[in-house]
Amino acid sequence: MELTSTWYLVLAAILFAIGTVGLLVRRNPLVMFMCVELMLNAVNLTFVTFGAELNDIGGEISVFFVLVVAAAEVVVGLAIIVAIMRRRSGTTADDISVLRG
Amino acid sequence: MELVVFLIAGFFAILGAIGLIASRNPVHSALSLVMSLFAVAVLFLNQDAQFLAAVQVIVYAGAIVVLFLFVIMLLGVDESEDLSIEPIAGQRPVALLVGIGVLVLSVFFVAVSADGGATGAESLTAPKVDSITQSSTVSATEQLTDDVPGADDEQVDGAENDPNINQLGRALFTDYVFAFEVTALLLTIAVVGAVLLARKPKGELAPMPDIVVRSAHSPSSTSSNSPDGDGEVAPADDAAAASTEETA
Amino acid sequence: MNLASLYRPLVAVDPLFTAGVGLEEVLIVALKVVVAFTLLLVSVMLMIWFERKLHADMTNRVGPNIAGPFGLLQTLADGIKLFFKEDLRPAAGDKRVFGLAPYLTLIPAFLMFTVVPVGGDFHNGDGTVTWFGNTTHLQVADPPIGILFVLAMSSMAVYGIMLAGWSSGSKYPLFGSVRASAQMVSYEAALGLSLVAVLIKSGTLSTHEIVASQADGWNWNLWVTGFIPFIVFMIASTAELNRPPFDLVEAEQEIVGGFHTEYSSIRFSLFFLGEYMNVVTMSGVMVTLFFGGPDGPIPFLTSLGWLWGIFWFVLKVVAFCFTFIWFRATLPRFRYDQLMDLGWKLLIPLSLGWLIALASLDLARSEGWNRGLVGVIAFGGLVLMGLLLNAAVNAGQRKRLAGEGVD
Repeated sequence: MELTSTWYLVLAAILFAIGTVGLLVRRNPLVMFMCVELMLNAVNLTFVTFGAELNDIGGEISVFFVLVVAAAEVVVGLAIIVAIMRRRSGTTADDISVLRG
Repeated sequence: MELVVFLIAGFFAILGAIGLIASRNPVHSALSLVMSLFAVAVLFLNQDAQFLAAVQVIVYAGAIVVLFLFVIMLLGVDESEDLSIEPIAGQRPVALLVGIGVLVLSVFFVAVSADGGATGAESLTAPKVDSITQSSTVSATEQLTDDVPGADDEQVDGAENDPNINQLGRALFTDYVFAFEVTALLLTIAVVGAVLLARKPKGELAPMPDIVVRSAHSPSSTSSNSPDGDGEVAPADDAAAASTEETA
Repeated sequence: MNLASLYRPLVAVDPLFTAGVGLEEVLIVALKVVVAFTLLLVSVMLMIWFERKLHADMTNRVGPNIAGPFGLLQTLADGIKLFFKEDLRPAAGDKRVFGLAPYLTLIPAFLMFTVVPVGGDFHNGDGTVTWFGNTTHLQVADPPIGILFVLAMSSMAVYGIMLAGWSSGSKYPLFGSVRASAQMVSYEAALGLSLVAVLIKSGTLSTHEIVASQADGWNWNLWVTGFIPFIVFMIASTAELNRPPFDLVEAEQEIVGGFHTEYSSIRFSLFFLGEYMNVVTMSGVMVTLFFGGPDGPIPFLTSLGWLWGIFWFVLKVVAFCFTFIWFRATLPRFRYDQLMDLGWKLLIPLSLGWLIALASLDLARSEGWNRGLVGVIAFGGLVLMGLLLNAAVNAGQRKRLAGEGVD
């Protein structure tokens, strides 16, 4: 039983699929956001695996940028959620269906 | 040995992921996410990406999820979501189907192709050398270096015998320096945007639009919002109306 | 028993692992872990005693003097008393997270200590010791990302405090814990930036290498980086540890205890154990980064050079603990907004500007430019930016006060 990169890729696919299901099922905006972060992590794992497979440092560089962009996106996304939730408490993603407000 | 670490870390990653989507309480979801992130950091370590493992813990687990927890705690969104209500009929089976479809497709591609689907050639300009075994303070013995392919062929000045972070830094500041500068700009924009969005609004706010909640419960939601005059948190009757929607 | 393939990723640069990971190596690492843990627990006990005695001395009191000679066993007595107290669990909180939170404070504190080099002779050797034919470093682990690991663990320490306050299910602990986590997160940035100044000069992330690069006595990062990174690191770590004068987290409402209000018995003692463990560990990290770690003169018995290394390390850590207690006895507490101002508007720009100036000096040396001129331009630019920032902050504050009316 040798550990090849296929194992890592399958694990990353499983994490990505679980994140997808979570994103589609949950309605709390924060939990949906966290599922997106899980999917991003699965993609990071894939990048690093390919980088190790091909002996290319570009895999790790891509992860670096994905990490930075994810951080920026979380900051802005949470600010939006805070701005919305301040006005109505107890909203779910279903309620935020109009662009106004 | 790497196999053992992979199995343990993989188990915890999947456990954390399932905990994330199945927990009723958002705080429990956040903690499960932290477990998953830690497991992924260990998997990074397993593949000799040490700097990324450390940065993953510092940035993701140590800052991003802390931010999530801040918002959850401060906004009081920790009332547990009622997971048994399905807003759109048949949503859950379809979501499961989509998830299984994604999984089957990716696993099929990975399993069918050789080398796990890696179609590129090995890099000549940005080689990633197995840094630990060739670290300059360890005398590289035979058994440590013979399974690193191409390490002796690539002579990209100084790329050998470099710790992982040196290789990363060198590539980042030579080949990818433009992307690096652009991400610096991106972060600045994100900070400015967040500060602007999260400020308390001054003056009168427009009246709240009527929201039509397309849910299987409670049709009484269309007039449940009173206009907020000064941007305060929704008054008590609004919160009560909102909570009756949730618990119907 | 010799494993066929050594475990490559964490083989690191410890000479113990060059020949593969076998049973002997695992036993040696296990021994190091046990020794380090015991050492840390004993030092925490002594640190608590030291704090109470010294604080008493500085405030003209006597301090503990009943349990054991000079009150040395007072901490043990307190621990036993706490052990027998009733374990209260608030009904309105989240029980699982309530139980988890003290461990989230304790475990990073110990893990941080594993990368701190506690001894070794860096003058006559390379800081390793050889026992029973095995050469190893005098630290539990030496990963190539040593200092990043310290930063990672201090990031994880925020969770314990934040979850403790939230899971107590009552308002004041939540409030206290949110303030605490905001404080810790803010000062982490200043911590990291002053750390990078050290990294520029040492050129490596591994703690063993950092100590080795300072092994001269005149090479300490304290003066090699200028004194500013050390001062910034000291202030930032005091805030990270929630020590006075940044301790409004714990003594915020003075009677109500902040995030650990609802905790009693063993869980409370775990929090305090974690906090003092963090103090000892952070002192160790500061000594490693800025004061050369186990570096010091070896007047006699040069064959036992590694013991001298331990002696000097302990001396320096005790000096830092003394300083922390000194802060407690002399300085008044910071108000929350003053604390945030200090972190964001002073420490972060200062450490960032100093870092840029140091980096430009380094570049000048490697490119062969005139270092004096570059130094003048860099530090002059730093002063100018500082003045501009100050002016901007003051202008903003004036506008805000004029808009709201003076408080």
